[in-house]
Amino acid sequence: MSIVPISYYLVLSAVLFGLGVVAFVFKRNIITIFMSIELMLNAVNLAFVAFARAHNQLDGLVFVFFVIVVAAAEAAVGLAIVITISQNRRSLNVEKVDLLKF
Amino acid sequence: MSIPFILFFVFALVAVGGAIMLIVAREPIHSALSLVLVMVALAALYLLLGAEFISAVQVIVYAGAVMVLFVFVIMLLNAGVEERTNYSQMAKYAGLPLAILLLFSLAHWMAHSAIGATVANGAGAPNQAAVSTRELSSMLFQKYLFPFEATSILILIAILGALVLAKRPE
Repeated sequence: MSIVPISYYLVLSAVLFGLGVVAFVFKRNIITIFMSIELMLNAVNLAFVAFARAHNQLDGLVFVFFVIVVAAAEAAVGLAIVITISQNRRSLNVEKVDLLKF
Repeated sequence: MSIPFILFFVFALVAVGGAIMLIVAREPIHSALSLVLVMVALAALYLLLGAEFISAVQVIVYAGAVMVLFVFVIMLLNAGVEERTNYSQMAKYAGLPLAILLLFSLAHWMAHSAIGATVANGAGAPNQAAVSTRELSSMLFQKYLFPFEATSILILIAILGALVLAKRPE
């Protein structure tokens, strides 16, 4: 029987989310920025599963299932956008995509 | 130090190390592989929390399908070493401390919230797993039937959107 407190999982989730935010801010490659979004979604999923375990209810697991489905759809559309950007701009650097920048 | 504690710390270290590798790596393909590492470690943690179905879905859909899609696009676009452009000074002097502050305040809040004191009993009896997955599926197709059908429409829209976006303009 394991007795790992829920708070450990939540702290790990917070750390992973923070690292995802750092990657999102610091990375310049548009594909890596997408991957940091996936990292943040994974951190949130861990918190969902931990809360589902703590409350002994399965609703959190269903939410994780939906988050995974939406993330997969988001990745498909986002990578299509990435391909379009790289065809138009000949670069994957987000700083080269500045048409709307004032 | 019981076995679940050791397993938790091993997989937590693997996950955090993979996340740091994602930030440090210069090549996008290295970032993608370290993200796969994070996802597999998280799948192991889901097993530790007694969520077998979610763990399997994590490995199959996330580490399998989504990351293969990412690696495929990285290879297709021939993404090389990330260009090092001049960072804005805001990012260095305001962004990094704020990100660390966010991280620590989230961790502090979660560690000291009321639910944090609850003790999770992880991998329970062996037959608990089958019941859990069965209950999960019945909940998915009864209580959450409408969101489930809505996600199927969402996936259909995503397929169409990806096709329209990735089509080469004539």
